[in-house]
This record gives sequence, C-alpha cells and structure tokens, in this order.
Amino acid sequence: MAVTRLFGSSVKRREDPRLITGRAMYTDDVKLPGMAYMAILRSPYAHARITRLDTSRASKQPGVLAVYTGKDIDGKLNPMPCAWLPKDSDLKVPPYRALALDTVRFTGDGVAAVVATSAYIAHDALDLIDVDYEQLPVVTEQTAAVAAGAPQLHEDAPGNQAMHWRLGGGDVDSAFRDAEVVVRQRIVQQRLVPNAMETRGTVAQWDPGMGELTMYNTSQNPHIARFISSVVTGIPENKIRVIARDVGGGFGSKIPVYPGDMLTAFAARELDRPVKWVETRRENFVATIHGRDHVQEVELAARKDGTVTGLRVKAWANLGAYLSMAAPGVPTWLFGTMVTGCYTIPNFAVDVFGVFTNTTPVDAYRGAGRPEAAFLIERMMDLLAVELKMDPVDLRRKNFISKDAFPYTAASTLQYDSGDYDMTLDKALEAVDYKALRREQEEGRKQGRYLGIGLSTYVEVCGLGPSAAAGAMGFQGGLWEPATVRVLATGKALVYTGTNPHGQGEETTFAQIVGEELGLPIEDIEVIHGDTAQISMGWGTYGSRTTAVGGSAIILAARKVRDKASKLAAHLLEAAPEDIVFDQGRFSVKGSPARAKTIQDIALMANVAWDMPEGMAPGLEESHFYDPVNFTFPFGAHICVVDVDADTGEVHIRRYVAVDDCGLVINPMIVDGQVHGGVAQGIGQALYEGAIYDEGGQLITGSMMDYTVPNSTQIPTIETIRTETPSPVNPLGLKGVGETGTIASTEAVVNAVADALAPFGIHHLEMPMTPERVWRTIEDAKRQSGTTPATPGR
Amino acid sequence: MRQAIHVTVNGAEHGYEVEPRLLLVHFLRDVLGLTGTHIGCDTGQCGACTVLLDGRAVKSCMVLAVQADGAKISTVEGLATKGELHPIQQAFWEKHGLQCGFCTPGVMMATVCLLADNPTPTDEQIREQLEGNLCRCTGYQNIVAAVRTAGERMRASAAAPAGVPAQARAE
Repeated sequence: MAVTRLFGSSVKRREDPRLITGRAMYTDDVKLPGMAYMAILRSPYAHARITRLDTSRASKQPGVLAVYTGKDIDGKLNPMPCAWLPKDSDLKVPPYRALALDTVRFTGDGVAAVVATSAYIAHDALDLIDVDYEQLPVVTEQTAAVAAGAPQLHEDAPGNQAMHWRLGGGDVDSAFRDAEVVVRQRIVQQRLVPNAMETRGTVAQWDPGMGELTMYNTSQNPHIARFISSVVTGIPENKIRVIARDVGGGFGSKIPVYPGDMLTAFAARELDRPVKWVETRRENFVATIHGRDHVQEVELAARKDGTVTGLRVKAWANLGAYLSMAAPGVPTWLFGTMVTGCYTIPNFAVDVFGVFTNTTPVDAYRGAGRPEAAFLIERMMDLLAVELKMDPVDLRRKNFISKDAFPYTAASTLQYDSGDYDMTLDKALEAVDYKALRREQEEGRKQGRYLGIGLSTYVEVCGLGPSAAAGAMGFQGGLWEPATVRVLATGKALVYTGTNPHGQGEETTFAQIVGEELGLPIEDIEVIHGDTAQISMGWGTYGSRTTAVGGSAIILAARKVRDKASKLAAHLLEAAPEDIVFDQGRFSVKGSPARAKTIQDIALMANVAWDMPEGMAPGLEESHFYDPVNFTFPFGAHICVVDVDADTGEVHIRRYVAVDDCGLVINPMIVDGQVHGGVAQGIGQALYEGAIYDEGGQLITGSMMDYTVPNSTQIPTIETIRTETPSPVNPLGLKGVGETGTIASTEAVVNAVADALAPFGIHHLEMPMTPERVWRTIEDAKRQSGTTPATPGR
Repeated sequence: MRQAIHVTVNGAEHGYEVEPRLLLVHFLRDVLGLTGTHIGCDTGQCGACTVLLDGRAVKSCMVLAVQADGAKISTVEGLATKGELHPIQQAFWEKHGLQCGFCTPGVMMATVCLLADNPTPTDEQIREQLEGNLCRCTGYQNIVAAVRTAGERMRASAAAPAGVPAQARAE
C-alpha cells in the first residue's frame, strides 16, 4: 500500500474532471421543477426620486407571475445589513433596501422585480414597468462628495461621510518635524470591477411544509450567506440551506449577500415555487460590488541616508451609495495596518474617510485593502529613492525588517510571523540580472530607448484570522474554521470544510493534507464544501484564509483520526500504543514490521466496532474547530521589466519575475497558478482596467470590452520562483497565496514605467497606464521642462 | 410564431420548435439541458459560450437557434468519447489550464478550432487566436501551455499509427 508523498507535489486537481467535461454545477445550471425566473428593473439614473411607479402593464403580461416594488417588500424584507462595523469610527449605516422605496442612489439600484414563467418573459416585462423619475444632483467622486455644497445621499450621513477612521503608531509629528527629507504624492487607486467570469445568481426554493428555504447561490461563504439571509428574510437560520458547489470565480465579489439574492428568496416563498435569478453581465457591472477606489495623500519622512522615519496617509475611500456587507473593513483594518509594508517604519498615522457617492457599492476585491497599502508604500519608496538619488534596491534593503527580527511587532501592533525579505529580493534580482539591466538602461537612454525596472518588495496580512481580532476590528463574525474527517468502513474518507474554494483548488490540496496524514490514496478522499446542510459552520473563502485556516483545521482533525486509529491498531495488534509505528497508511509494531494493520483495516473495524478497546467509541470520525492564534504574512519580491515606446506611450512588459513566499507549499502547480492569476489582475489594474463614471453617474466602462478585462494577448508570461519560509503560527507552516500576486504586482508595473520615464522628469503615473495616458504624461513633461530628452543621459 | 429546427448536437439529432429569438446558447442549455456551455457576458465579448457550428468556433450567445437549423453543433459534453478524455481536456487538466472552470468549456472548444486550423501554433499564435476567450483566473499562461501540449499530442497521435495527416484527423 505504498503511497507517494502528497504534500509538496503537483497533484492534478481533483475538481477538474467535472469542470472539463461540462458536468459542473454552477448556480445557473440548477433547474428545478416548476421553476420561475426573476429579472430586476434597475435605475437608469444615478440619483433620482421615484415619483410614479406603475407595474400594471407588466403584471398583465401573459406568463408574468408577480411584480414587486420597494413598497411591496417594505416590512417583509429587512434592509441589507452591514457586517463590518469598525469600532470608534462614527460609522453611519443608512438603510440599504433590496428595492428602493422612493429614492434611487446609483445607476443599477433596484426599482422593481418581475417573476415570470421564462427568463425571456421576465426581461420583456421590465420594459412594461412605467417609472417617472425626478432627477437629483449627482456626485460620483469622493473628494467632490465631501466638499461643501455637494449633493447629499443620505440624511443621516452629513457631508456624505460614512466614517472617519484612524490608526497610528509612534510619534509621526515628531518624525516629520525632524525629517531631513520628505516626499509627498497624491495617489489614485482607481475603481475596479471584479468581473468573475460567472455573474452572480440565486435559485431559491421554498418548502412550505418544513418552512425551509434552500438557496443555490454563487457564494464564497455559504454559511455567512445563510446568516445574512436569515437576518433579511426573518426565516430562522436553522431553516435555511445555502448550496454553492461550483462557483465561477469571485475575487471578493461573491462574499456579500446582495439584494437580488434576497428578492429571489422572497419571491420563491411568496409564490411557493422555485425562482431563479441570474445577472446579465451589464447588471453585474452596475449591481455587483466594485473594488479599490481610493484617493490618497501620502507623505514619507526620512533621513538623508535613506532611513525612513515616518509615514502619514490620508485616504478618501469611495464606498458607493450604500455600505456593502464588508465594505467598512476594507479601507480601514485591511488597509491601514499594512501601509508600512516590510519596512521598519516606527512612526505612522493613517486617516481614512469613507465616503458615500452615487456609484455602485465598493467592497472587497482580490487583496482588499492590502493592494492599496502595498502600492502606496512601494510607490513612496521609489519616490524617495529618486529624491535621494539612491538605487531603489539599496533603499529597500536599508529599511527591511531583518530576518532575525521575527516575530516582529510593527508599529501597527500587528505581529509579522516570519520572513526573509533580503532573500526573496536577492532571488528576484538574480533572476532578472539586475546589474546588467541597469547597464542596458543607461545605454538605451542615450539612444532614446526607455527601459524600466520596477520593484515591489511586499508583505501582506492574510490567513484571516484570530476570531478575537475579528471582534476587535468590528467584524460581525468569527474567523475560525471547523473541519471534520470521516473515514468510512470501506476506507474511503470524507473531509468537510467550512471554507468554499471556487477555483483555488482546495478539493485537491485538502485531500493532499489528509492523504499525507492518514496514508490514504488521494482518490479515496472526497472534500465536501459549499453546503450548509452538510457542513456545520464555516466563514468561507477570502482573505487567503482557505488553506491557512481551513487547512489547519483539517490537519488537526486528521491528526485526531490518526491518533485514534493508532490506538485501535495497538489494541488489535496486542501491542502497547507507544510501540505503534505509522508509515504511509500502515500501523505496525516497533521491531516487527510484519505485525501491521492498514488504515483501511482500522477503518473497517472502527466502523463495525466488533473489537474495540475499552472506553473507545465506535466510528472513525473527528472534528476540529480551529481558531488561528495569529494572521500570516506572505511576502516576496516582484520585478517587472518594461520597454516604453516614448513616441506612442505603449508599455511592453519584457519580463515579469515573481518571487513569492507563501509558507510551506502543498501543491506547487496550484500555487504558481494562483500567482499567475493574481499578477494578471494586478497588471490589469496597472495597464488596462478602470471603472469610469460620467458626470451623470453612468458607468461608461460598463462592458468587458469597454472596461478592458485583459485578454490572452495582454498578459505576459510570468516567471514564478517559490521560496518556503514556514509560518510558526499554524501546524503546517502555511501562509496563503490567493492574493499575493495581486497585492505585489500593480506597483511593480507602475514603478517600472516611472523608472523608464525618469529621464523625462516623470516619477509618477496614474492608472491605468494606457498608451494615451503614458503619451500625454510624456508630452506634458516635455512641455514643462521645455526640452525633448531624445538622448537624455542621466 | 415558433419555428421548427433540426440540429445535430454532439452526434445526436434533435428536432424542436423554438421561438425565433431564442439564442443558441439558451437552446443548448435550457432546451437540451447541455449546461456545460456557459454564459459569461451575453454580448459576445467573453467567449465562455463558444461551441462549434459545422466545425467553426462561434459564440453561441451571438447565434439564434434558428440560424443553426440543419447544422452540426459540438459542445464540451461531446469532447470526450466513450469515457476517454479528449487530448485537449487531458492537457488542460495536466497543465492546470483552469481554475474556477467557468470559461474553460468555451476555451477548449475554441482550441479545437484553433488546432484544426493550425496544428503547430506558436505561443504567440495561441494567444492571438484565444483573445476572444476571456479568463479571469489563470492569467492565460497555463491555458497557452495546455493548448501547446494538446497540439503536440494530437499531432503525435495523428502521425503515429496509420500515418493519417494531422489536418484530416483534426477535422
């Protein structure tokens, strides 16, 4: 029964066979007998009062079963709750109704819902709903929204301010008073649209006999969806089942529960028949959350030798028209704690203003707060390097937290678990041959060729997280995870996780963990996720927590199973428990390897229980409820090498090297895949993507082409290098890799382009760095300096 | 109002009366129950719904079911034969060419067409040919590797046994 080592090997994914044969079950694939279809009428205006809403023509349409308006659901569906309420932040939570009652506050706000016997009829009927709007003044940009005289969105949020949140450490005022050099920059983190390939949707089924609601839902976290659905619908939590088996990408956008989900549940109960609602892509663009959207004023204080002494940040975070479920946590705790990055910056202060605007709500998008932080500090380090005429490598090294300092308590009070920032930087520099590149850059500039080298030495906080910390941060839930490992009589195992992987491959990595621990062949292990009826509890998949937290719960449950199996083996082999040796699925007696029982033998006996040791309960099943003792801190160094065509503004990525340390690696193939995808999204932000609103609050980048979801010709080959610095905070030394690529990459690309264009006196660029924007930046710089640095020299 | 159509889908013949406005993708998914073909954008931008219509890759959200009357259609469900995965499916699995899997059926069907047209594509050609198939998870790198690998294997297996030209086999 030889089992090859599973941990650390690139096992092919166990979820793939159903995905590559078209036999997956995404929410839109669910078809129930008698199922009706819902469509939502969305506001075409960003801010308006509804003066007339007449649904009679739509209601009379053959095939239309019901039309609901805000008044119809008022008192029957509670407003959508906000589930992250940072303490001491004066947060305002205006009511976020599933359908507007009298005022719409963003283009895409729900106005009415139609349920019909077919999706075509439901969508047709939307055109038969008569609505008169009285348009109100619109504001979409956050610094404009907080200015005096700006249109007001909510009565209880004067000045459109949702909150003011602060974090600091050390004495930042002294640091700036004593600074020998200060660099300042206004940074705009443009608004992004997550664009999971599967839009969002729900199929709801009401069982009147049992009083139970079943919801198939595109959720990253079905148990949270169950809890929130209970709050909104009033159906008890133990009478709701949420199923999210196959989910077509999420990137944070499928964390929240949305109005559409709740309307579907409402309609299913009202009509007593199953109802399906699936967003169109256009709907997804306006009604599913957006990400990022910060305006930051940043100041960095340093000594002339490059020692950074202080960092001051003011950030205006656009939260959209209402608070999405986790929205207040993203620009606060997930951002503010990480602005000092991987550097020993003793003094810092962050002020965050959360702002309501007439735009789609903003919430977590891959990285969620940490990309905004990493971009900020990495950009500022480059600006400081320019100011001090230092090599950005040397400046970073001078300020790195040294590898001997871990566990390191940062000024933010976070305790970084482990790291070796010089090591990953060394590897990245070696991979690109940094010195040779700098020489080439110098030569090229003399000939009008603009090569740029962009560094990003990042650290992120993930593996969310200790539940006590969640509570302290105002997260209205825990962040622990349960796991159950059950070995059946036939030796086949079921592994239950409360996380809900949707592309990250944990059906495979979790099977690797259990297979390694119990010596079971991986094909005998089934990982069950995404069903609240099968899994006791769970907080879901986000924050790069699935493997670090969910996987830790699983290994601890598996260890309990092995421990029990070992004791049972000792009993059956008539040996002392301490004399049992376990190797690859065999329990043998020390010194006499022939006396042995396989894990399958033990599983059979435990399940039939004919011959158990005294006091041992039957069965071979163990659970573990794991609450992490700390967050984890993946880190690494990314280097982007670009050639910029100064005549056209085109940026060509020549090489992209990603050195990532996500702790111990279970499946290298999957880890690399996560980095590829993460970097692609980061490059997307740097070069292509951006949500743009016009003055009236219309999302003019409202399709995948207008928005520019990067295609296969726009993303370069990404060279990945893995290093493994175990985390001391969990049993397998895991850290997490779902977000590293996104957190690290955007600033690497921008730093590269800024580096390339330094001869023009350009040191910062706004994103996305489209050819037009780069070209204009160059032309502006030429005009300002009055020179044309065709052969600029340095 | 309804219009009769006859189509062959993955080798099976079907006759239905459909609304003239019914999209081919909805016909496949809702009428025939072939839910392996996914809808990502409903506007012809993402390619998740790519199927083969008489051997050519089309975005089935941009084709009316009535336009497919008389045509042979292949979907992801028809790729594997007798329980044996198609070399393209094998390669996507081995090369980790998918993560959430939502775009994958469309990407694989586009790949069938790509390799039929050009059995020896360079990486650059693969990227150019697949630019109409968006993927948000993989960064495309392993998709390119999977297509390259599938092409190599299909050439090898086409050449090896009976000397059948790769082109003929791909068709």
